[in-house]
Amino acid sequence: METKKKVNHDLEFELEAEYRYFYDAPQFSEQLDHYPSIAFRPAYSTDWKDGYERINFKGFVRWDRDDSRTHWDIRELYFQKAKNNWELSAGLKKIYWGVAESNHLVDIINQTDAVESFDGEEKLGQPMVQFSWITNHWGTFDFFYLPIHRKRTFPGEEGRLRFGTVIDRDDLRYESGAEAWRQDFAIRWKYFVGAFDIGLSHFYGNGREPLFVFTPAGDIDAFYPVINQTGLDLQITHNAFLWKLESIHRHADAQDFVALVAGLEYTFSNIDGNGLDIGLLGEYLYDERDELALTALQNDVFFGSRVAFNDIQDTSILFGGIKDLEQSSTIFSIEASRRFGSSWTAEIEARIFSNIDNSELILSNFENDSFLRLRVSRFF
Amino acid sequence: MKASIMTSIVLLTGFLSFGQTAEERGLQIAKAAEEADLGFGSSSVTLKMTLKNKNGQSSERFLETKTLELTEDGDKSLIVFNSPKDVKGTATLTFTHKVGSDDQWLYLPSIARVKRISSNNKSGPFVGSEFAYEDLSSQEVEKYTYKFIKEEGSNLIVEQDPVDPKSGYTRRLVTYNKDKGYRIEKIEFYDRKNALLKTLTYSGYKLYQDKFWRASTFHMVNHQSNKETLLEFSDYNFEVSLSEDDFSQVALKRAGS
Repeated sequence: METKKKVNHDLEFELEAEYRYFYDAPQFSEQLDHYPSIAFRPAYSTDWKDGYERINFKGFVRWDRDDSRTHWDIRELYFQKAKNNWELSAGLKKIYWGVAESNHLVDIINQTDAVESFDGEEKLGQPMVQFSWITNHWGTFDFFYLPIHRKRTFPGEEGRLRFGTVIDRDDLRYESGAEAWRQDFAIRWKYFVGAFDIGLSHFYGNGREPLFVFTPAGDIDAFYPVINQTGLDLQITHNAFLWKLESIHRHADAQDFVALVAGLEYTFSNIDGNGLDIGLLGEYLYDERDELALTALQNDVFFGSRVAFNDIQDTSILFGGIKDLEQSSTIFSIEASRRFGSSWTAEIEARIFSNIDNSELILSNFENDSFLRLRVSRFF
Repeated sequence: MKASIMTSIVLLTGFLSFGQTAEERGLQIAKAAEEADLGFGSSSVTLKMTLKNKNGQSSERFLETKTLELTEDGDKSLIVFNSPKDVKGTATLTFTHKVGSDDQWLYLPSIARVKRISSNNKSGPFVGSEFAYEDLSSQEVEKYTYKFIKEEGSNLIVEQDPVDPKSGYTRRLVTYNKDKGYRIEKIEFYDRKNALLKTLTYSGYKLYQDKFWRASTFHMVNHQSNKETLLEFSDYNFEVSLSEDDFSQVALKRAGS
């Protein structure tokens, strides 16, 4: 057949101008107020055999006033082959697991690009071999072989949203003697029946989150532990309700804890007969690590609203806050985006750290780091 | 399933001479239309969506759709966006059910996330167009009650009342062409206040595999907002031989990557 021989190519670019403004005077020396920045994202894909075989590439590079935020990465570069009830991918890839909005607990395959965004949704490309097996009655099984670990990047001396001590990525050690080359594995089972979507996963290898130990001298000793992490994610979709649960148990020699996020999303759809959707979100966050939780979400509630206009420009707004249940600390956030014409988009984000309690080990470093971010992208 | 539909058509045709009610004849026509389209197995098509506002300004979207025919339950479909470029790769997977709400997943390529979404929002617009989600979902006979209105030449006009109270319509007036495999020529949509809201006109019909009529153009006009949406279909392929494996969440991610 003619279609079988056809090879498709697709090449695209996104050029983004970003401006971040921190309106409070910095807490630490060398930190700045204004951070203009430029990012470039090329993407290329080619497929053949009717799309059952393909190579995907997504690159990323950013220039910023903070040297540590000036960085580049290969987000994706992999070969994929799909046949009947299985799919095989080899190369750098991004995998997402989970259902919650305010925290992404079970999502562990990729390292977080911590300098790129505050919400933790930007990830570094992870080298892997992934095999997916789709059964008729027992859901889908995903097997991951992860041959190398990638370290997290932290803001540099000139960067905001950092600790008093600048963390140099290269100073972080590994618990494993094999260091980054420890051969890691993960498995995930995903099943759906009726209103239920359930995922069970297990990861064994170098943790993605460094473990921080505060020395009596006030220094931070940090290393990547070898962890066993079991994760559960569950969503029940019933009428306009989405009920969500994510929970993990992480075990390492130096650490053993559980964490969970549970909540719901309810959407009032097409309120005005013109497509306006208003969603309400509420989630409870718990982390047994207490104040040592790197996410600073140890016993908090998240509340928010997602407004989608469903117009030609895909205008949408997400706003909300995370409130600590034991202390006064609250983080407010708003994200809004809209398309202009057919190839421009604009995005506004604000994060406001409010009444941060001095006893917060992590958040107290960010109390002056409320910011506004404006992004304009052009797609080619 | 096929046999039972055949049987009911034979039975219903038999009743004709005994004086058939308008409801029975309406249902009979809807079943005849479903029967005429049975057996396509699977298909794929690319489409261009043009959105026009009342000032004549327009914007375009390109999509690809794959459909798998199922007879025990509703069809499965996969829709992938190719443009605008900022949403390229966004894809939806829908399992239609004859009774009850559909199952639907959304793939967001920027964070590689598959998200189960509520199919509750039937009356809302699909990506800013004049098509509501319910206008584009698989048209199962069980989703309406029927009433035959009148016959005009080869055209049969049937009123369809949505069973689901979440529908945005009180009724639809559907024009079937009985000489062309009961293909649909036109649908008029009446809103919840029973006022004429939209008219959908099908044109550029082609016959595929000597059995399946497919329109190359869907033209939806909203009479209340004066906005329009044009869907232009191209490269209909009935020989793709897709299977259930092409409609999994794994396939959804692959389609959007």
